[in-house]
Amino acid sequence: MSDRIPILRIGDILLVSVQFDLEDQTVLNLQEDLAEQIVAKSAQGVVIDISALEIVDSFVGRMLATVAAISRVLDARTVVVGMRPAVAITLVELGLSLGGVSTALDLEKGLAKLRRPASSASQ
Amino acid sequence: MTAPWAAGDDPQVYSVARSADVVQIRQVIRALAQQCRLSLVDQTKMITAASELARNTLTYGGGGTVSAGVVSDASKRGVAAVFEDSGPGIADVDQAMTDGWTSGGGLGLGLSGARRLVDDFRLHTVPGEGTTVTIIKWAR
Repeated sequence: MSDRIPILRIGDILLVSVQFDLEDQTVLNLQEDLAEQIVAKSAQGVVIDISALEIVDSFVGRMLATVAAISRVLDARTVVVGMRPAVAITLVELGLSLGGVSTALDLEKGLAKLRRPASSASQ
Repeated sequence: MTAPWAAGDDPQVYSVARSADVVQIRQVIRALAQQCRLSLVDQTKMITAASELARNTLTYGGGGTVSAGVVSDASKRGVAAVFEDSGPGIADVDQAMTDGWTSGGGLGLGLSGARRLVDDFRLHTVPGEGTTVTIIKWAR
């Protein structure tokens, strides 16, 4: 089984909302689909909403970091939004601090972050 | 190595042969953690540790089993999971437990990270025979 997560477009931003516990192959599919869609839609930004995710393990964490890096190379910026507090605590203790990944507390703040100039949105 | 299960607390055994099985293990551990009334943070840590170890069983051990259930001692209850494979084993355990070291394509956080997330962590491995990892998270 290799489900694909829908990628929505709003203007020049791609929006992904992860709504269920992901199998590893689905995670990899999302990574590839996003890279393709950034180029196909000339997207400037990507927002990944993980508010429904009860856990983020190293596999999903690596995907988030990889998507952030890929989008940077493709002249777009990625913001991960909606991480639950328990997930944040667990990720840091696991050893993944997602250093290169821009985050925001919710979708609205994430979109606002993408509207600001790149220099102020990098962290 | 002694199993963590008390008499009458026989665990369920689940196969780890496909990627979808890792998702199932997460769901099984979540249900057990809720049954034991682990705090939300402790539930999240235990499920995440189980996810890392189940993926190790699949990726490095070539598949295996997970036994999961509720354990108790005199004063407390917890969730235990035993990950077993008949894979190549781990030649250098200290190295394998080091953050960032990986024999595959991973981040090298699975074993070392999982140990930090749980209360009890035991690793038994014999090169050429396989690896068994036992983890327990106690309810506070």
